[in-house]
Formats: sequence, structure tokens, C-alpha cells
Amino acid sequence: MSWKKALIPLASVPVILLLAYGFRTDPKAIPSPLVRKAAPNFRLTIFDGGELSLEALRGKPVVLNFWASWCFPACYEEAPLLESTWRKHKDQGLMVVGVDVQDKEANAREFMRRFNFTFPNGPDPGSKISIDYGVYGVPETFFIDREGRITYKHVGAVTPALMEEQVKVLLKGS
Amino acid sequence: MGWRAVALVGWVLVIPWIAAAVLDLPMADAAGPPDLEDKVRAIASELRCVVCQNLSVADSPSELAKEMRNLVRELVEQGRSREEILAYFVSRYGEFVLLSPTKRGFNLLVWVLPFLALIVGGCGVYLVARRWTEGREAAVPAVDPAYAERVRRELRERERLSDS
Repeated sequence: MSWKKALIPLASVPVILLLAYGFRTDPKAIPSPLVRKAAPNFRLTIFDGGELSLEALRGKPVVLNFWASWCFPACYEEAPLLESTWRKHKDQGLMVVGVDVQDKEANAREFMRRFNFTFPNGPDPGSKISIDYGVYGVPETFFIDREGRITYKHVGAVTPALMEEQVKVLLKGS
Repeated sequence: MGWRAVALVGWVLVIPWIAAAVLDLPMADAAGPPDLEDKVRAIASELRCVVCQNLSVADSPSELAKEMRNLVRELVEQGRSREEILAYFVSRYGEFVLLSPTKRGFNLLVWVLPFLALIVGGCGVYLVARRWTEGREAAVPAVDPAYAERVRRELRERERLSDS
């Protein structure tokens, strides 16, 4: 009858395994189905005039950032990094594009002036681009290679180390 | 007083229902044709509001959910089917965006396990209950033949004494 007694502690093994798996995964980290897929095309009406489409940028690596002036502090933390990345790598063909999400135009312009944004930014009426990219909230950043494939998605403010690493990956594929 | 109270309760229950039915009609017309809005609502209620906790896109007051409802309406107007629209959202947000997981692959476990657990648990309870009741029957001890013989002898003795 000893094997029957062993059944009781044995029954707890699958439960412990399940809990071990469950507690080690972040329930908030939901993998994007878009990574390693073709980035959805979009047409952005730039605040400073003109239009920009992803299709027209084919052949250039793109850092696509979703932000909002009401997104404090994360968007305020990474804004200088976006601008400095653009200035540092634009001669190598890197594009930085900002999509302003659910914002008031005056507030968005104030935000761009505050951080001296010189890369193209535009609003997202109806959140069409955001939904097409499966955006949950701001900031979110997509790294798109020269072939128009998403290589990486980051949720939250991008750190300088991560930006450097991902931009290096994008620029290497030339 | 009995039937009057019943009638009163009846009216109290019925009046708000009639009022709601009457007031609802123009409200449904405001946003679009009723069947379009029904379809949009049905699809939106299958989608998770991604910025909420346990709310569907149909029920959430958030800005993103509102934009998603508008997009669903646009796609329905373009003649897209429910499956196509849900597939679009899944291709962007992953399966997480569906409030109920699809019934295939690994997800089947979620649908099957509760019923399986119920059946297995029910069998377990049945077996345990049967063993308990069987145990009770077996617990009646066998009578020691010597003791039984003594009882019978003493009873006979007693009868003999009372007869005489």
C-alpha cells in the first residue's frame, strides 16, 4: 500500500510545476505577433507639412515610435534619446518616425518644441496606425529593417543601451 | 389585499420595461441602422479592451476601445465577416485580444479540463462514498459462537424458570 501513499505527494508535482512556470512569466508581457513579420504600411500626415508612408522608406531602417504629450514620465524620458539617435545616425540612412497618439495638436507641438524634435512626427487620427501595430499604450517603439520587417518591439521608454543595440542590428543589415 | 399587491408588483416590474423599450428605439437609430450596430456590438464584445482589466471593447469607455469600435464598424460596413474582423485583431494583438480562447490546439485544455475534472472528481466521490458505506456494513462484528451459545443457554434457563 506504500505506492498509494506516495500518490498524495506525487499529485502535487504537476501543481508545483504549473506554479513554477506561471510565476516565472510576466502576465503583462504579451508577445507581439508582428515581430519578424512585415511592418504594416501607414501614411502619416507630418505636423510640419507633407506626408510620409512606410512604403516610401523601403530600403531604409526605421525606428517607429508611438508617443503622446500626456504620456508622463516615460515619453519625456525617452524623447531626448529619439532626437539624439536621429541626429547621430541619419547620415547612415536611419529614419526615426514619431506617431502622436490620442493627443491635442497644441500639446503635441509644445512637446516637440520642448525636445527640439527635427525628425518627422504626425498625428494618428482614429488611432488607425496604433491599432494596425497592435499598440497597447505609449510609448512603444518598433524597429523596422531595410526590407520592411519588424525586428524588435519595445514597450515603455527605450533605454540608451537598448536603442544602441537595436539600431546597430538595423544598420548592420546593409 | 392579496391580489392588489400582486397587481401592484406586476405593474412596478412591467412599467420600467415598457419605458425602456419605448425609449430605446430612438437611441438605437442614433448611431446607425440597428442591425449594423448589433453586429458591431456583437463583434466588439468578443474583443478584449487592451488597456482595461477584463472589459470588452464593446463595454469599455476608454479612448482606444472607442477607436476600435469605430474600426469594427468601418470593417463591417466594408462587408467584412465576423471571422475576418476577429482575425485582423488577432494578427495585430495576438490571441490575447479574444475574450474567449479559440477552441483548438493547446487552448482545448481550457475548455475540456473543467469538465474532465468534474467527471474525475465525481467518480472519486462515488468511489469514496461506496467504500465508506461498505466499510460500515463490514464493521458489524461476527458474533463469537461461544458467547452466542451462552446467550441461548441463559435464555432457555430463564424460560424454564418462568414456566415453573
